[in-house]
Amino acid sequence: MDFDLPVIWLIVILFSITMYVIMDGFDLGIGILFPFVQDKHDRDVMMNTVAPVWDGNETWLVLGGAGLMAAFPLAYAIVLSALYQPIILMLLGLIFRGVAFEFRFKAPEKEQHIWDKAFIGGSVMAAFFQGVILGAYINGIPVENKEFIGGELDWLTPFSIFTGIGVLIAYALLGSTWLIMKTEEQLQQRMLALTRPLIAMVVMALAIISIWTPLAHANIADRWFSLPNFYFLAIVPVLVAISIYSLMRELKSGYDMQPFISALIIVLLGLVGLTISIWPNIIPPSVSIWDAAAPTQSLVFALVGTLLIIPVILIYTVWSYRVFKGKVRHGDGYH
Amino acid sequence: MFDISALDLARVQFAFTVSFHIIFPSITIGLASYLVVLEGMWLKTGHSVYKDLYHYWLKIFGVNFGMGVVSGLVMAYQFGTNWSGFSAFAGSVTGPLLTYEVLTAFFLEAGFLGVMMFGWSRVGPGLHFFSTLMVAIGTLISTTWILASNSWMQTPQGFEIANGVVIPTDWWQIIFNPSFPYRLVHMSIAAFLATALLVGAAGAWHLLRKNDSPAVRTMLSMAMWMLVIVAPIQAIVGDFHGLNTLEHQPAKIAAMEGHWENHDGEGFPLILFAVPDMAQEKNHYALEIPRLGSLILTHSWDGQIAGLKEFAAEDRPNATIIFWSFRIMVGLGMLMILLGLWSLLLRKQGRLYQQRLFLQCTLWMGSAGIIAILAGWFTTEIGRQPWVVYGIMRTTDAVSRHDISSLAVSLALFIVVYFFVFGIGISYLFRLIRQPVIKADHGEDGGPGEHKQAMRPLSATDTSFSIESPLSNPKE
Repeated sequence: MDFDLPVIWLIVILFSITMYVIMDGFDLGIGILFPFVQDKHDRDVMMNTVAPVWDGNETWLVLGGAGLMAAFPLAYAIVLSALYQPIILMLLGLIFRGVAFEFRFKAPEKEQHIWDKAFIGGSVMAAFFQGVILGAYINGIPVENKEFIGGELDWLTPFSIFTGIGVLIAYALLGSTWLIMKTEEQLQQRMLALTRPLIAMVVMALAIISIWTPLAHANIADRWFSLPNFYFLAIVPVLVAISIYSLMRELKSGYDMQPFISALIIVLLGLVGLTISIWPNIIPPSVSIWDAAAPTQSLVFALVGTLLIIPVILIYTVWSYRVFKGKVRHGDGYH
Repeated sequence: MFDISALDLARVQFAFTVSFHIIFPSITIGLASYLVVLEGMWLKTGHSVYKDLYHYWLKIFGVNFGMGVVSGLVMAYQFGTNWSGFSAFAGSVTGPLLTYEVLTAFFLEAGFLGVMMFGWSRVGPGLHFFSTLMVAIGTLISTTWILASNSWMQTPQGFEIANGVVIPTDWWQIIFNPSFPYRLVHMSIAAFLATALLVGAAGAWHLLRKNDSPAVRTMLSMAMWMLVIVAPIQAIVGDFHGLNTLEHQPAKIAAMEGHWENHDGEGFPLILFAVPDMAQEKNHYALEIPRLGSLILTHSWDGQIAGLKEFAAEDRPNATIIFWSFRIMVGLGMLMILLGLWSLLLRKQGRLYQQRLFLQCTLWMGSAGIIAILAGWFTTEIGRQPWVVYGIMRTTDAVSRHDISSLAVSLALFIVVYFFVFGIGISYLFRLIRQPVIKADHGEDGGPGEHKQAMRPLSATDTSFSIESPLSNPKE
């Protein structure tokens, strides 16, 4: 049997991105929600809920980058160059947020506010520019003779700014539902109160992006609305609607964990929708995964290790989350 | 004269970010292995001094590791953002090697780091030691992959070129390319030496401040033994590495030696001081020892190596820079050997922990290992120019076509952010080193989210500077 290696590699990379969004989305969200919580102890608790787990999260982003280079070197080269400025800004945001997260607990009392601001700024910057990168990517990257032929500021469009805001809101929703799961009493109530408007905003953002994208890109409209595609693909928005409905109900019923799961499902369905729109391109609108794929020798060599090792990584990731399950309270953590 | 091109800016940006980055993993590699030795000694001998030292250095390891992770994230993307020509051409080789590094090293380190940092009272001593060992092995696996990748760019083999891209034909040859074994050993030892010098300087600092204790003496003593044994080995490894370079990258050696041309039947000198001039093709102010260059590089009195003039002008690396970066590295290496010998002498006389001049020199040598690593990398990377993949692809063809303004802004941002963030981080490292080595007490460790419980590297240090005891920080 002949394996379609580029397809398998696309799945591996989408899996890395999904893992990254699942694992880093909510902790970026916590940074975004920081301005809405003023109490210092509540802020401590918010940080401590992700303290044990966020370190490994960024490794998925590194794996996504390395995997893209291994499997689709042309896409890695062209997409990253075309999106140079937003990528650099995203990376700087991640640096700021990463160390701010750490230094906050070490800084003298009167310097702590600097690291609060760096934490907020870094999280907002990283999340927003991840969204901008997404929007610019959907908009398409013009390529001729295996070279990027667009301009330095092509990434900056109303659409990409809107997707930037969309991702910001989506991560905030992940963060607020995560905190509903991990905290109690006042902070939890605060998060419940924040989650309702966030859901409304996510619904609006999803709706606008779902209308805007096919309007701007005939090929994407064709993908979704031509028959018989429409019958199969309509299931995605239906599932989104169901997830939003159950998220609302779960909030009312006072479940702790389910809202986070539903929020994750909504965000993941967004990723599925994106994949459907783009398929089979790796550099939309013109370069397919087969055009950009590395030589078979590279694909096979890297895939063997990937398929053998990823399951092991998943096992201990699950294990480390289990070790730290449960609520985090005031006074917990490091001082 | 100072007409800066987009290529120059891209190179400066890469050099800047990678130079900052390499500091942290170098110390991570050395400290991880040092921690394995300390914990092993503690388990074997039961002397609490090893346990105390383990916990003292573990905190420093944690902070350092964290900064390595954040600065490394940038590197993973920079090949694409700034070097798209290279990535599109050779990503088929570099990409899989980096993927293996992430899978086999980064995740291994992340997986066992938690237990290593916070599991002392939660898992048995054997399992804890195993975790430390796994983290250390992870750092060495990471070194192996990244150096395989870098060495392949220096001495590429095991591939063919079709349709303008590299097609790997033999992964064994790609990984075990001719310069890889030398570079791997040279860099691993360099990381150990840099760490030993840092540990030695920490011990010397405490002794100079009269913070004398068995733990402080042990760290100085261990660091000096490391120096005595390993610094001379590094000199020998370096010599082999140089001969390997002479075989595969003769232009690099010629530039490192400031060697322009040969004279009939005559050995070439070792140049101690000179300012090589690329435009005039000669050295200014040269101070030479006749024939010593021949002796070192060809191990014969009359031996000759290719001079820079034998290479086309556009194929020459910049001798002005690497002549000096090479000498800085070698000079510091000599000083390391001397410091080791000095420590041996003092140890014999029983004055190792008392002689102030020696302790002061050891303190000053604290960053020598890191500077030597930077100088060495400058030598080998600038010496590879004008190629990005030696003899196969020129750096000019590798760079992404960005506007100069775009590059200038991003470079300025990197400089500001790195000096701010890592400057504070490094000052934090120094503050941790200045804390006294205390008796490790783990009675307070709790469960997840409990007091003193944290799992991120930087948070392992529950020290807040605002509440430093006056005793721990004597006035300087």
